[in-house]
Amino acid sequence: MELVCILIISLLAAVLSLVPVGRRFAPAVTVLGMLAVFLLSLRVALATTQEGAFIAVKDYLECNSFSALILVLVAFVGLTAALFSWGYLGTTVAATDDRKIRRYYSRFNLFLLALLAVPILSHLALVWIAVELTTLMSVFLVSFESTPQALEGAWKYAVLTCMGASLALLGILILCWGLRLTGPAPLTWDNLIAAAPKIPPALLGTGFLFILIGFGTKVGLVPLHTWIPEAYSQAPSPICAILSGTETSAVLYCIIRFLPMFSGGVGPSMAGTWFIVFGLISSGAAAFLMLHTKDYKRLFAFSTVEHMGIILVAAGLGGFSAHFGAMLQIVTHSVTKSLCFFAAGATLLATGTRNIPAIRGLIRISPLAGVFLMVAGLGIAGAPPFAVFLSEISILKAGIANGQYLVIGLLALFIGIAFFSIMYQINHMVFGNPEIILMDDKSVQFGRAIIPKRIILPVTCIIALLITVIPVILFGFYLPKQLYQLLHNAAASLGGM
Amino acid sequence: MNEPELLFSFFSKLNALTGGFFLLCAFGLVAIRQMLTCLRLYIFQSLLLAVSAILIGYHYASIHLFVVAALTIITKVFLIPWVLRQSVGYDSFSKREISQVLNIPTTLLLSAAITIFAYYIASPLLTAAGAGIFEKVNLPIGMASLLIGAYTVTVRREAVPQLLGILAMENGAFFAGISIAPSLPLIAELAAAFYVLITVLVIGLLAMRIHTIIAKTAVGKLMALREE
Repeated sequence: MELVCILIISLLAAVLSLVPVGRRFAPAVTVLGMLAVFLLSLRVALATTQEGAFIAVKDYLECNSFSALILVLVAFVGLTAALFSWGYLGTTVAATDDRKIRRYYSRFNLFLLALLAVPILSHLALVWIAVELTTLMSVFLVSFESTPQALEGAWKYAVLTCMGASLALLGILILCWGLRLTGPAPLTWDNLIAAAPKIPPALLGTGFLFILIGFGTKVGLVPLHTWIPEAYSQAPSPICAILSGTETSAVLYCIIRFLPMFSGGVGPSMAGTWFIVFGLISSGAAAFLMLHTKDYKRLFAFSTVEHMGIILVAAGLGGFSAHFGAMLQIVTHSVTKSLCFFAAGATLLATGTRNIPAIRGLIRISPLAGVFLMVAGLGIAGAPPFAVFLSEISILKAGIANGQYLVIGLLALFIGIAFFSIMYQINHMVFGNPEIILMDDKSVQFGRAIIPKRIILPVTCIIALLITVIPVILFGFYLPKQLYQLLHNAAASLGGM
Repeated sequence: MNEPELLFSFFSKLNALTGGFFLLCAFGLVAIRQMLTCLRLYIFQSLLLAVSAILIGYHYASIHLFVVAALTIITKVFLIPWVLRQSVGYDSFSKREISQVLNIPTTLLLSAAITIFAYYIASPLLTAAGAGIFEKVNLPIGMASLLIGAYTVTVRREAVPQLLGILAMENGAFFAGISIAPSLPLIAELAAAFYVLITVLVIGLLAMRIHTIIAKTAVGKLMALREE
């Protein structure tokens, strides 16, 4: 019942956001709706830690621990992004343009509806449609600012991910064919995994590869990642937080859930090997791309590609402890990356430019934005007291215990390069003397001279930042018992105990 | 030869003919420069998809595939062209695309290579699954159309042919799908038809917005954002 409610609430919020009563109504409805969705998703997650699976409509709406984990993450980031949008749009959209704000929140809710549906649905054809609807619902959010660059980013996003969609569709149809050969059964995750040993390996492998490449476009695996920096640098910051923090994780969830189909042999399975190859290429390429990017939102976008690579490698390593590390990494990446984009949004509000060389001494221009950007940068790079550090260490440890030294060595190297790249860029922005204005010719229009005084961040933005920073720090040294249980069950559902 | 066998052999041959024309349409979409012709080719391709669905549906006695055929005709033959003209505007269709990334003979040669590649991937699947005559026609042709569609998107520079390339990919996936997975639930078919419509609407509107703000639809030449 809760699962149905979650979908209905976000649909209702999407409709209500369009009602023209005052400027505050749409954001308030959205925040309240997301709060309700978040609480319901917590209930679902708690239920799955005790009973294993949560079934609302058999074969269509089901949740196991892994999907409940994704559900909670989507709801959490959705809630904070709704809060952040309130203040962010309040300062960036003209006071007279109420219609634009209402449309934004309506699309925001529809986007989250599609995103929440991805982990909840269990029929593969419907999962595919939900994944693709997340693209279509967010295209106009990416192009929200209507600049030529924003439209270009949205175009690349739409075209590339729709191409991926058709490839994934063929993959799913091939798996459906394989399932039909073993007997009539609905095409759900559980049925597919149960029937996998009887499906001819040629069908299983080809279908899986089509799905990996198709959904991989949406996750941003190198070389299919080209839309990610474009879309993320142009979309409004709260949308980036959702796109990067949860949309990629939700699609990655769809890929990783195919993993148990291939369990059986010793060591990495055929799927695991592909995961490791794609994962290493993605994290390696992204780590180097981060070094010389000049836009801090692109920096975080490449960091998303890198983290997706790390999660894939962890999932591919095989064995319970590596899977547990992958689950933990999904959680820590989601919360930390949404903090990163909120901090980037705050920085954008304070300085008016996305250009890294043009920003010096952010900590003096806006102390709050500076502190949060520093925390977010340290957090996502994987510095010790923060949550990402814990998850990355657990992945490396699991890999060493498995004896896959080459993979782990490369992964550790890429994580190191990424750490250096991120900290180098963030240090440059946060510290230094703000009086020295460094601008290249491209960013003249954003010169700091335009900003006469210290910007005070909107209250809701600060609240969103504070809520997000709690798990980023807390999970670094303490995992609540329920969360541990949820992660444990999710990792166990991937097999390899 | 008695009557059912004769009918079956006739249907399978008709299906093979349909498949041949289907593949030809995919070739046309990648090479023809007149945009209105591209749109008509897409409509014709969708009709062929519906014909194939009816033939296979008759063979399996599956009411399901008749629904697929009906949905295909309603959405792809009538609604999509209408939506496209509403969103993109008629003047975008009356244009010719002047510059392509590669010239036409090279493009066609590469498409032929892609087709051979599709047969190469499909043949182990067909032997592994012990496929019947319909799968043997539909799977490789659907796969080839899918891959040629992907190639279309990468070489065409105008917005409308890129969109048609995406739709041709989706057509290809379904052309394979009606033979290998005829038992998808109805709700999935309905949702897929709905999804295709939304795709056209969203991408069409986006193309129109690009047209009004940047004053051209040659999306292949947008270079403001580039990889560092």
